[in-house]
Amino acid sequence: MFTDISMRLLATAFVMGVGTLGPGLAIGFIGAKSVEAIGRNPEASSKVQTMAILAIAFAEAVAIYALVIALIIKFVA
Amino acid sequence: MRVGEILIILLSLRGMLNITLVAEKIFSIGGLPVTNALLLAFLVLVVLAVLAVILKNKLAMVPGMLQNVSEVAIEGALGLMDSVLGDRRKSEKYLPLVFTIFIFVLFSNWSGLIPGVGSITVGQGADAIPLLRSPASDLNLTLALALIAVTMVNVFAISIVGLKERISVFFNFKSPIGLFVGLLELISEFARIISFTFRLFGNVFAGEVLLAIMALLVPYLVPLPFMFLEVFVGFIQAFIFGMLTLIFVALATTPHEGENAGH
Repeated sequence: MFTDISMRLLATAFVMGVGTLGPGLAIGFIGAKSVEAIGRNPEASSKVQTMAILAIAFAEAVAIYALVIALIIKFVA
Repeated sequence: MRVGEILIILLSLRGMLNITLVAEKIFSIGGLPVTNALLLAFLVLVVLAVLAVILKNKLAMVPGMLQNVSEVAIEGALGLMDSVLGDRRKSEKYLPLVFTIFIFVLFSNWSGLIPGVGSITVGQGADAIPLLRSPASDLNLTLALALIAVTMVNVFAISIVGLKERISVFFNFKSPIGLFVGLLELISEFARIISFTFRLFGNVFAGEVLLAIMALLVPYLVPLPFMFLEVFVGFIQAFIFGMLTLIFVALATTPHEGENAGH
């Protein structure tokens, strides 16, 4: 029932499913807080925007790490 | 589970779905392999160089369309860099690095969407490999860009704040906490290389896989929104690469203010 290929597919899907939970939530929080900050203080908009882009890129990078592991499981050995 | 895996195996064997993590080698120059992604990167390089030469030779007080578009792009980039750096002279100093990275990654990502890339193959039958492939889907290219970006950040930092100041960021012997923070900074410098590499590679390669599978499942109309997504993602990843490089340069070139004041 559990062949090598089926375990590999299962592992790939599991890695992606669990690995993008955290970054998804993180990006949502960052977006919400930065929009709130801009709403409170529109003059600091460009500073907030810079920090928000930076933080979102870092959060997305963690999801990309999970993607890389999923790709390695699927395509390499 | 069985039907799905049988389908994928059959399609891979028939060569309809040839997705490889590693970019395939087409030929060699000297002893060095040239992959299909590298070939397209060379083409993008040639296109950008030709555009630059044409722009330079046809500079006029009354701009033609190409010059107009380029001026809008560069003015926009300089304005954005001003808002991060605060000084137009600094923006002009870092513009070559940041804007080149942005334009090269942008043209690379968009060139991977042109019809013919991924579908025109060389070789017969079972070992037919695509002649061209999105440049950033080769891990070597993204690694090279990441190394260039991080090296140039350090070069700029050393040229502006000096070698001693730069090293004292990493090896800070003022206090045990300072030592720890310095070690963390050193590790995070290497982590930046890794994250630059894999962010761009992951986004572009995942986009390629998505497009290939979508085109395989429903060839008409359905791939269209995914192509739009890829255009958007290509732009965003180029923008993020450039912005992060800019921010790291800005962070690395601001000298430490007095550490004694209220730490």
